[in-house]
Amino acid sequence: MAMRLHKHKTFKTGGIHPHDNKLSAQVAITPLPLPKMVTIPIIQHIGAPAKIVVNRGDMVKTGQIIATHEGFVSSNIHASVSGRVGVIEEVMDSTGFKHMAITIRVKGDDWEETIDRSDTLIEEIKLTPKEIVSRIMEAGVVGMGGAAFPSHVKLSVPEGKHVDHLLINGVECEPYLTADHRVMLEKPKEIIVGIKILMKALGVQKTIIGIEYNKADAIEIFQQLLKNEKHIGVEALEVQYPQGGEKQLIQALLNREVPSGGLPADVGVIVHNVGTTFAVYEAVQKNKPLLERVVTVTGKSVKQPSNFLVRIGTPVIDLLIAAGGVPEDTGKIVSGGPMMGKAIADLDVPVAKGTSGILLIPKDEASRSETYNCVHCGKCIEACPMGLEPYRLLIMSKKGNSQRAKEEHILDCIECGSCSFVCPSNRPILDYIRLGKTQLKKQKSV
Amino acid sequence: MSADLLTVSPSPHIHTDLTVPQIMRGVIIAMIPALLFSVYNFGLGAVYVTLLAILFCVVIEYAIARYLLKRPASIYDGSAIITGMLLAFNVPTNLPWHIILIGSAVAIGIGKMSFGGLGNNPFNPALVGRVFLLLSFPVEMTSWPKAGATWSLDAVTSATPLGILKDGLRAGDTVPELMNQMPSYTDFFFGLQGGSLGEMSAFAILLGLIYMLYRKIITWHIPVSMLATILLMTGIFWLIDPTRFANPVFHLLTGGIMLGAVFMATDYVTSPFTHRGMIIFGVGIGVLTVVIRLFGSYPEGVSFAILIMNAFVPLINSYAKQPRYGSKSQRHKAYQEKLEKEVKATP
Ligand code: SF4
Ligand code: SF4
Repeated sequence: MAMRLHKHKTFKTGGIHPHDNKLSAQVAITPLPLPKMVTIPIIQHIGAPAKIVVNRGDMVKTGQIIATHEGFVSSNIHASVSGRVGVIEEVMDSTGFKHMAITIRVKGDDWEETIDRSDTLIEEIKLTPKEIVSRIMEAGVVGMGGAAFPSHVKLSVPEGKHVDHLLINGVECEPYLTADHRVMLEKPKEIIVGIKILMKALGVQKTIIGIEYNKADAIEIFQQLLKNEKHIGVEALEVQYPQGGEKQLIQALLNREVPSGGLPADVGVIVHNVGTTFAVYEAVQKNKPLLERVVTVTGKSVKQPSNFLVRIGTPVIDLLIAAGGVPEDTGKIVSGGPMMGKAIADLDVPVAKGTSGILLIPKDEASRSETYNCVHCGKCIEACPMGLEPYRLLIMSKKGNSQRAKEEHILDCIECGSCSFVCPSNRPILDYIRLGKTQLKKQKSV
Repeated sequence: MSADLLTVSPSPHIHTDLTVPQIMRGVIIAMIPALLFSVYNFGLGAVYVTLLAILFCVVIEYAIARYLLKRPASIYDGSAIITGMLLAFNVPTNLPWHIILIGSAVAIGIGKMSFGGLGNNPFNPALVGRVFLLLSFPVEMTSWPKAGATWSLDAVTSATPLGILKDGLRAGDTVPELMNQMPSYTDFFFGLQGGSLGEMSAFAILLGLIYMLYRKIITWHIPVSMLATILLMTGIFWLIDPTRFANPVFHLLTGGIMLGAVFMATDYVTSPFTHRGMIIFGVGIGVLTVVIRLFGSYPEGVSFAILIMNAFVPLINSYAKQPRYGSKSQRHKAYQEKLEKEVKATP
């Protein structure tokens, strides 16, 4: 743990301190053995599903496109293994919804020849900004922090907006998760080249990497490597959830506030996650599409908490077996972190581009405990990083008064869950806020 | 294991340890030093009154929930115990049992359950009980046993410092003369004086405050804003005329101010939600307390001040909102739009 001689920067509004439980922080990334079969959903990103371009029975190589993006806010999907395309049908993904997915039965490990699989660091950036953006789009890179927003879209700054800062999100504020932490420790040079690629594409002069101080080793490595870089800085941040939220990170590092309903670009900022930055490096310098990612497998009773390099589409059960099996007392399995991840019902759910971790929660922590009336403690308000009044939003959504909830800025809620976390009465605040948002969307579409 | 046994619920999947029963337990622990001091101070009477008040409050809440409202018993959250303790802290230790019973019935029945139980009551239940008793049994409620532990239940009564002050001033004495009849400041601070059961020892109450702040049960906003207001206001009056007004330290250490600031005004249910609101609330209580003490006909004003401010809480809640993320940039945006318009308007 880092010595804290002075207070680190952090966001100003709200925030909570769940125990960080980073059980797998010291475990190096290891490649997971090739699965027998992968199931690759054609929507793993925010936006339109990709269009399938292979047929059942086709032989595909690792890295080959199997579904192309439809429209601008969409993303290409590549084969993460080589083998024969099997059934193409609807499956349940980690979000609990059914989506079309392509299955591939693994045969050998036969890669596209254009992909550079060596470990050599390529520093020189040859492509023009335009070429960089289209390469990132071709490679199907999406935000790997969880939201899975197509990265090329973020790099196309809207007309009339001026971007002066690139922020790199190395915060990883979700308890338990360590995937970004390990990538920072093991691939810092590649990340720095990735940053330079992004800076070139955006035409910005200044980048700050934000990392919470509980990852002192990562902060140190970057400080060392960036000693002579004038344009890229590292900033140690306070450990406070949800520091990794885009809006919170911008407030912490630059003290700017994105207006309600606005985008980071409105205040001259673009944010990318460290994992994404590494994927950008691989896409641009190595011509490697986003077909694998680091996934943390963790939990209090997991035998070997691990960080695996996993091919997209690998069933979750494979990861669990590699981490020592599913413990007897498991009561819930979460895809992602404990604050914002989704509980999954099925161990065959495939790893997607946005899957940052698999968390096993023991039975005694899996279900919610007794709820009480609101005791007006104000803790939900104190915790809300958006400065909302969650208890009020709950009441309004419960009454179906979504118009009033809108006036109380329900749409600003980033669904971080801090309010539900702190509520001593155990009130399902965020559940109702989600309901309220859905009500609003329905009204709009009528 | 079979996958159907997995819980599937929406995020977040973890929860803080600080739940309602935990908080209530914390508040009870925070009140223990004050209780111990009062046992040291008044002896058996303190134990007797406290136990009776707790017992009556819990039984009455159970009975109302089960037999009148036909709901599951609501006593396990611990809030009825706190109401009982607080009621006891606000009465003399020689109060007869039937008056304690009436006080508990009013506190729980009218103050809390008639509004729908925990979380729905606008007024602090213990204070509702106390004020009811003060109006109905003024004699019993203001004959305080003398300080000094006695292990029998019939104690010699004495006046409180605030009573001595009020009556003395009315009789034409000056403050410095009256101060000579009072216990020393150290006695005030540690609570070796006559008065209600739990309000005596500023020291013990401060221990409770520190504990509750440390456990993050309450924030500093209400107690600090309330005490600072009282200090400031009584200070100003004292500077204006030290013969007619007692000094601020005397005010802070006597009567129910410390107890009110730490345990009564900070009651979640009857205080505002936001930090801004809490400060408005604390300042309001401070101002009202000083006005009642210095110019009202009662020697003490904290209970009334808190109850009056309780009534303003809904108003404060809709006025004192949290500063929203992005509201700064919105101001910025409006400013820019205004600028643009001005530029366009100039030919
Ligand atoms: S989930 Fe929404 S309302 Fe709750 S704390 Fe987070 S931003 Fe605020
Ligand atoms: S945290 Fe829960 S109990 Fe406290 S004010 Fe918010 S909703 Fe009410």
